[in-house]
Amino acid sequence: MLEIRIHGRGGQGSVTAAQLLAHAAFFEGKWVQAFPYFGAERRGAPVKAFVRISDEPILVHSQIYNPDDIIVLDPYLYKLVDVAEGLKKDGIIVMNTTQKPEETKIENARIATVDATKIALELNLRVAGLPVVNTSILGAFAKATGEAKLESVLKAIKETWSGSTGEKNARAAELAYESLTKGW
Amino acid sequence: MKSVIKQEVLALNGDEAVAYAAKQSDVDIVAAYPITPQTIIVEKFSEYVANGEVETEFVCTESEHSAMTACLAAATTGARAFTATASAGLALMHEMLFVTSGCRAPVVMAVANRALSAPINIHGDHSDTMAERDSGWIQIYAENAQEVYDSVVQAFRIAENPEVLLPVMVCLDGFTLSHTLENVNVLPDTVVEKFVGTRQLPQVLTHEGKTASFKLDPENPMTVGSIALQNYYFEFKRQQEEAMRNALNVIKQVHDEYAQVSDRSYGDALVESYCVDDAEIAIICLGSTAGTVKTVVDKLRAEDVKAGLLRIRTFRPLPVKEIIKALGTVKALAVMDRAISFGGNGGPVYHEVRHVLYSADKHPYVVNYIYGLGGRDTSPEQIRKIYEDLQRILQTQHVKTPIQYVGLRE
Repeated sequence: MLEIRIHGRGGQGSVTAAQLLAHAAFFEGKWVQAFPYFGAERRGAPVKAFVRISDEPILVHSQIYNPDDIIVLDPYLYKLVDVAEGLKKDGIIVMNTTQKPEETKIENARIATVDATKIALELNLRVAGLPVVNTSILGAFAKATGEAKLESVLKAIKETWSGSTGEKNARAAELAYESLTKGW
Repeated sequence: MKSVIKQEVLALNGDEAVAYAAKQSDVDIVAAYPITPQTIIVEKFSEYVANGEVETEFVCTESEHSAMTACLAAATTGARAFTATASAGLALMHEMLFVTSGCRAPVVMAVANRALSAPINIHGDHSDTMAERDSGWIQIYAENAQEVYDSVVQAFRIAENPEVLLPVMVCLDGFTLSHTLENVNVLPDTVVEKFVGTRQLPQVLTHEGKTASFKLDPENPMTVGSIALQNYYFEFKRQQEEAMRNALNVIKQVHDEYAQVSDRSYGDALVESYCVDDAEIAIICLGSTAGTVKTVVDKLRAEDVKAGLLRIRTFRPLPVKEIIKALGTVKALAVMDRAISFGGNGGPVYHEVRHVLYSADKHPYVVNYIYGLGGRDTSPEQIRKIYEDLQRILQTQHVKTPIQYVGLRE
């Protein structure tokens, strides 16, 4: 069973990212779980969401304490929370940042970075003025981990949003897939 | 038992699973008021109504008290009524819960379990439904989104059975089930429609001496929920208790019949035993935590520890015989309560299980763990510690602290 934790800020779509990723794995015939960790959220505050993917039915209903992989939607979140907390040995962290993997200050993890914010701005992919990074990062996740196929991610995105919104978000995921930098 | 019916697999959260089951169950009326973490249920159902996918009358009420009143009123005319609520919403229904069961109105309600204020908290625990355990409603607690779906479909058949005629609550843990996306197999619409069928109405004598269906009908006037004082009230209450006894069998029958069409079952419908047949140490719990406990049992069994789990699926009516039978070999038992009974010496499930075991031949050590209040997460590690406590009790033959709190800062 694969366990993934997603870090973001309130309003960035961490919960939606978790659901999209679960849907992508679901399309590949997996058993999935996706759930939020709702605190007293307000826009900008750190939030978490979780995904489990398995070849067998998933029994456990607790939060994820030792994730296999971590997704970080915000470049500066690491200053507020220990985004790598509990990560398994050789676990992968996929981060939205302008930095190269070796420039991030995170140790004991395999880091992959993508400038999802830049992709969103170039595609004019915004909601309420903010760049949308939760869909593109899943393309990057597919490339970094190989644990979900890009096609499945694109399908999950297009089934969630029809028309041009779906197309634009899917394009962002493709661009993130192509521009990901692996630090290993 | 192999199902020949092709089922579609969907990725749904618990709330969506409730709405989907209700959509397929030919519900005549949904009267509801939104409250987290139930809101997705009525949002989704109102979408079905707006899209013309159902012919249900959707009534937006101004409060949960009114929602239950509307469901009760509709049900007494012979309609199939459904609603959903949580926490303060359920508490606000309190008065009408008793009226609904007292009128023998088979309303089905999903409760996305949530803590009660104060302090205000939107997250999961069983404080809300445990506070209503004496309201005359059947209570079924689901472990996952699949069981939520299956239980809602079954609930209509149980509630409407003429031997039962009681309202049913299907309880799903707030957020842990209500907002968690999982794989859910759904039966085709036609199969559910056939399984649930049309509502059966018992034949009763009217005041004119005519035989008529038990419903409010201008053709055959009758009164439902009229006054009964010292002369008859007691008999009404005794009949409700009898209906609860009858429900034990009906819940099993409906569950078994459903298993034939769906190829899914949950223990004997009342309790689910997991590695408990030869267990020396066991946990009893309700709801989604049972899944987490199962993963711990698997690990302990791999280490040759005789650990087991008994999940109480049907809490009302309480399956007394089944609980005693299932725990035959257990020497130390931990009862997990996701609610607290202030000043009551432990949680409600602990009270009832200990009470049940008083009439058993052998008495295991029984200890209580209050956990997960206000949505506090319960990890496999914490569950493992409970089993270790039970092992220590067996080794020392001594209970040091009968009532403990899981993951609490003291």
